[in-house]
Amino acid sequence: MKLHTLTLTAIAALATAASADEVRVYNWSDYIDEELLQKFEDETGIDLIYDVFDSNELLETKMLAGGSGYDVVVPTGTFLQRQIMAGAFQPLDMSKLPNIDNMWDVIESRTAQYDPGNEYSINYMWGTTGIGVNVGKVQELLGEDAPLSSMELILNPENMEKLAECGVHFLDAPTEMIPMTLKYIGEDPDSHDPEVIAKAEEVLLAVRPYIQKFHSSEYINALANGDICVAVGWSGDVLQARDRAAEADNGVEIAYNAFAEGSQMWFDQMAIPVDAPNPDAAHVFLNFIMDPENMAAASNYVYYANGNKASQEFLVEDVIGDPAIYPDEATLENLYTTTPYEPKVQRVVTRLWTKIKSGV
Amino acid sequence: MRRFVLIAVPFLWLLALFLIPFGIVLKISLSDVALARPPYVPQFSWDEGIRAFLSQLDFENFAFIGAGAIVVTVVAIALLAAVAFPVYGLVFRRFFGGGLKALSIRSLIAAVVSVVAGILAVVIVFAVISFFFPSVVSLLEVDDYLYFQAYLSSLKIAAISTALTLLVGYPMAYGMARSPNSWRPTLMMLVILPFWTSFLIRVYAWRGILSQEGYLNQVLLWLGVIGEPLTILNTNTAVYIGVVYTYLPFMILPIYAALEKLDVSLIEAAEDLGCSRSSAFWLVTIPLSRPGIVAGCFLVFIPTLGEFVIPSLLGGSGTLMIGKVLWEEFFNNRDWPVASAVAIILLLILIVPIVLFQRNQQRQAEAGG
Repeated sequence: MKLHTLTLTAIAALATAASADEVRVYNWSDYIDEELLQKFEDETGIDLIYDVFDSNELLETKMLAGGSGYDVVVPTGTFLQRQIMAGAFQPLDMSKLPNIDNMWDVIESRTAQYDPGNEYSINYMWGTTGIGVNVGKVQELLGEDAPLSSMELILNPENMEKLAECGVHFLDAPTEMIPMTLKYIGEDPDSHDPEVIAKAEEVLLAVRPYIQKFHSSEYINALANGDICVAVGWSGDVLQARDRAAEADNGVEIAYNAFAEGSQMWFDQMAIPVDAPNPDAAHVFLNFIMDPENMAAASNYVYYANGNKASQEFLVEDVIGDPAIYPDEATLENLYTTTPYEPKVQRVVTRLWTKIKSGV
Repeated sequence: MRRFVLIAVPFLWLLALFLIPFGIVLKISLSDVALARPPYVPQFSWDEGIRAFLSQLDFENFAFIGAGAIVVTVVAIALLAAVAFPVYGLVFRRFFGGGLKALSIRSLIAAVVSVVAGILAVVIVFAVISFFFPSVVSLLEVDDYLYFQAYLSSLKIAAISTALTLLVGYPMAYGMARSPNSWRPTLMMLVILPFWTSFLIRVYAWRGILSQEGYLNQVLLWLGVIGEPLTILNTNTAVYIGVVYTYLPFMILPIYAALEKLDVSLIEAAEDLGCSRSSAFWLVTIPLSRPGIVAGCFLVFIPTLGEFVIPSLLGGSGTLMIGKVLWEEFFNNRDWPVASAVAIILLLILIVPIVLFQRNQQRQAEAGG
């Protein structure tokens, strides 16, 4: 009888231990090698609950509301900066992150622009926003000398009119698309002046009739299946589409190019919400991710560059040697970054975006 | 004491489930957006006191979404309806001897007269009000017509969907009520059965049916009815289909309840007295099932007005509905105060049909009792 009670207590204790050792991660969709998740559970014994999102805006709403229940989230630089200002994150405890020494100073100096001193976040991946094309179809419609790496392809109505036939997707991300448009017309892409931002309207409305959809994740499969032929998208996503098409062997050839005019460079940062239920496990997860081999496995899978210097020796040639992923010095020069909008300017940007999407 | 307790129960219920949430939303709608958690100011704090807190609240967000113009429009529509319906009845009783009402040239005349009377009433009331209170006119100035258009478009979509649901639902309810007694439980089951699956999944399934490569297009292409796939998904048509499908039981059940109670001998009597079958239907069946029709229409119209799931899954980027605008304010703009103001106005608009629905139910209960 006594033994029985003991067993019960032990089971109860185990059950509590299991539920306490749980880490909830909220990351972008199609953004990790799923085998890494299993490896994390095996190595640490911590249960990993992994959810995905595809818009910074959605993540920010959850962060600002509080009580999201997540231990690790992955906002992009500008959003991270706003959320730090709003007090949504807790400073990292560096003593729990021995792998922090593996990080790459070149990237850290850039992310410090959003997170001074990198106190709240570590870099997960970084990349550029550019253009994914189905080379065969685009050349068929626009000729051999189609401007595959220029904004002309997607912002010049003449080209778009022809491309509409085979399908064009734009990102549903105003903070990427409006700076891009401003760059195209020669304005400062990081302008916070509502009058300058308003100039993007005319340009985008001119090509609006030819855009099939605004979506931030569907284009991966749509490009790979040949449903669409052009997408403004994030570097690694387009490269994933390229590989899926190659695997399917369906005759679709996808290429990614940063804009010749200059692409936006962004950084996805892992951070721990201030009200994370299990910050200790969150630190364990961050440390696991910063392990060079793990980080390399993630990059090899998703085709994004990471901010981990030590991981570079484990990267496959396809990743480290591809200038679309790890750009050379000259291209790096050409990339621009943006800063977060103030609430009143944010309203102008969102309103403009609603108008472009729905015509009202 | 006992009476007090008895009365207190429903009031506490109302307080806890309606007034307190409403108060919170109202408070947020009077706040200002800010970069904070939660993202608005002022937050209430006991140190500063309630007066300092209240002084920071204002109606800026309501002005921004053009709440004045929206409310005025809704009041005008309600006033028009309130005048037009009694006038319609009056015209019939006075000038047409109260006879055949439905679908005749006389009903057309009565309809025109009543609508003109309604419009006149609206114009006169607003002329008088703006004469005595000129400041009312400034309410009509709107910075951004997005919200105004979204409310109007929601009203339009809700009205059209309700009419379509009635068109589809009435024959079904009629068929059920006329079927043999032994069949009725089965037919009833068939209407209710879809509720056993999640609403979200059922709406999602329509995406598979309506898309470019969907089943509907495949079948139509195979039959040779169409030469090219129809674009239905991501248009308002898909929204109408979704609403009719989802809310059909809400239309069928009250109409069926009304038709089932209908005394068949009344129709026989009408036919004995020389009515054709169709005029017996229009003159006897329809008027007697009116409470069911009204109840069904409100049960469809009210939830459709604020619908979010159907337009976001089936509608396109051109489908403008207030539920979607609300979501975008909340999630894309992270502007809780404006989102709350939109929600408050939506609630105010919904009060009109809800009150009318209650009155209909009450009248029906009285008639039944």
